[in-house]
Amino acid sequence: MEQYSGKKIFSGVAIGKIFCYEKEQNMVVRRKVTDVEAEIARYEEAKKEAVSQLQELYKKAIKDVGEVNAQIFEVHSMMLEDGDYNDSVYNLIRSQEINAEYAVATTGDNFAEMFANMEDDYMKARSADLKDISERVIAILSGAVTGEAMSDEPVIIVAEDLAPSETVQMDKEKLLAFVTRLGSANSHTAILARTMNIPALIDVDIKKEWNGKMGIVDGYSGKIIIDPDEATVEEFKKKQREDIEKRELLSSLKGKENITKSGQKINVYANIGNTSDLAAVLQNDASGIGLFRSEFIYLEKSDFPTEEEQFQVYKQVAETMAGKKVIIRTLDIGADKQVDYFHLDKEENPALGYRAIRICLTQTDIFKTQLRALYRASYYGNISIMYPMIISVEEVRRIKEIVEEVKQELKSENIPFSEVEQGIMIETPAAAIISDELAKEVQFFSIGTNDLTQYTLAIDRQNAKLDMFYNSHHEAVLRLIKLVVDNAHKEGIWAGICGELGADTTLTQRFLEMGLDELSVSPTFVLPVRKAVRETN
Amino acid sequence: MVKIYSKKIKQNRKEVKIMKTFTYTIKDALGIHARPAGVLAKEAKPFASTITVAAAGKSADAKRIMAVMALGIKQGVQVTVTADGADETDAIAAMEKIFKENL
Repeated sequence: MEQYSGKKIFSGVAIGKIFCYEKEQNMVVRRKVTDVEAEIARYEEAKKEAVSQLQELYKKAIKDVGEVNAQIFEVHSMMLEDGDYNDSVYNLIRSQEINAEYAVATTGDNFAEMFANMEDDYMKARSADLKDISERVIAILSGAVTGEAMSDEPVIIVAEDLAPSETVQMDKEKLLAFVTRLGSANSHTAILARTMNIPALIDVDIKKEWNGKMGIVDGYSGKIIIDPDEATVEEFKKKQREDIEKRELLSSLKGKENITKSGQKINVYANIGNTSDLAAVLQNDASGIGLFRSEFIYLEKSDFPTEEEQFQVYKQVAETMAGKKVIIRTLDIGADKQVDYFHLDKEENPALGYRAIRICLTQTDIFKTQLRALYRASYYGNISIMYPMIISVEEVRRIKEIVEEVKQELKSENIPFSEVEQGIMIETPAAAIISDELAKEVQFFSIGTNDLTQYTLAIDRQNAKLDMFYNSHHEAVLRLIKLVVDNAHKEGIWAGICGELGADTTLTQRFLEMGLDELSVSPTFVLPVRKAVRETN
Repeated sequence: MVKIYSKKIKQNRKEVKIMKTFTYTIKDALGIHARPAGVLAKEAKPFASTITVAAAGKSADAKRIMAVMALGIKQGVQVTVTADGADETDAIAAMEKIFKENL
């Protein structure tokens, strides 16, 4: 039994098998082989395994994301069976008497290079597919475990670091906990852990040898225990049961109003990042969705999602919520959320770069596709739209013009839609300071405290080194929130918070005093916030 | 008269013997991208004939997905597909169907 400490970013207890998630960057060593035919047989065997893995992925993807999106895995297996690719591997093994890993790596690099040098942007991006299939075969040849081959049972994910796009692809049913070396308390992994209600640790000196071993993650004390003895397992099982009891107590708050002892009411809504979170929204009795991050539709795809695909998602959410408010935030990509097919330039300072509404107002075709899908879906429920990263009144007016164009188009096509409440995110100090002007243009404000804090304090939320300087209760941020609420109310519109801060129950009383109309939090925080509201005088 | 007639037969026979072909202009916005190239390779494989996709002076074996993708054929480009071999009639019909349905 060994024990390692880290920094806790979400509490809870997880007991289960450890899975070391590795980015597939296997070091490939060039070796001389004597029996080249045996080496080719070894390659054939690995390729067969790779193709069967891809077929499994294909089947799983059909269920999860539908036939069209699943086809990429079928294409991958066809690429692996490609004559030129295989000829190159055979030739390298035979002529240079080298190991299969090296032959595959060289072939993969060459083909990837070929695609990378093509003129067409779409073809350029295919070099990633070549790397992907080659790495899959190399991983099998060298006995490493690949990312997608997450085992059948739920596991504790141990990794150096996790990119948002990696966590998106993980099977949520199989995640018990996150333990990483890098990352910060405000990273995407942390947000995911909170959404899913599973423990997470960072700053842990992780070891590859843990893979496959039993582990306990104690999100209360920030520890991970490897190969725990029976007594320890029992002790933590007890802790888990206590957790469950506590959660059941909270369940007793279901169906109760969000009202203080003196009668002040506030809406408590849920933030979601995928349609799979809808169940949690309903289970936790949220009175609406205060932030639906539409990015996942883009992140899960290998090309721009069509209007129809988006419409189906928004319609599903609107219908599931059955008339309750659903606030959908338009595309917020860029900065820490990257999508290959957007071909965004590498930026020195992505947080201050080409992202969110700036993309939408530049590439208006992308924006209009999303708006059309949103307006079409508005007919099937109570949809509101909000726009991220606003800094000026002009931006809002431009958005309103585009919205008007979209409405006219739909009208002329006789496509039905409902009135849609228009709001903006207040997540830049600029927007907060001119919120008096902005309030005249829209019907609501939703304060994104994560970015507002990052921009106000000039602290990168992904940088773990800065955690000691980061104060989420910084007076500057709280005063900006107050200013925004006051300016909203002066114009008779409502204001809420949809950032992490909304779930901080040590601030609930202060938020109520400020007069906030809404708090939108991860589904698992809806009932704790309700409890805090009901305990406030 | 006789001479011309026989020449014509000869020509016809030559065409039948050498290959079957059709031309098609790509309508798909992405051109011949990964998925249709894959479908093409999959459908071409069972045929004994040599099946070739050619455009802008380059050509590729239709059974080889990467070679076809590497042609980098974009929307609006006219491609010539040829099938040459014992089952070329069936092969070319199958290819034409795939192009019409996927590209």
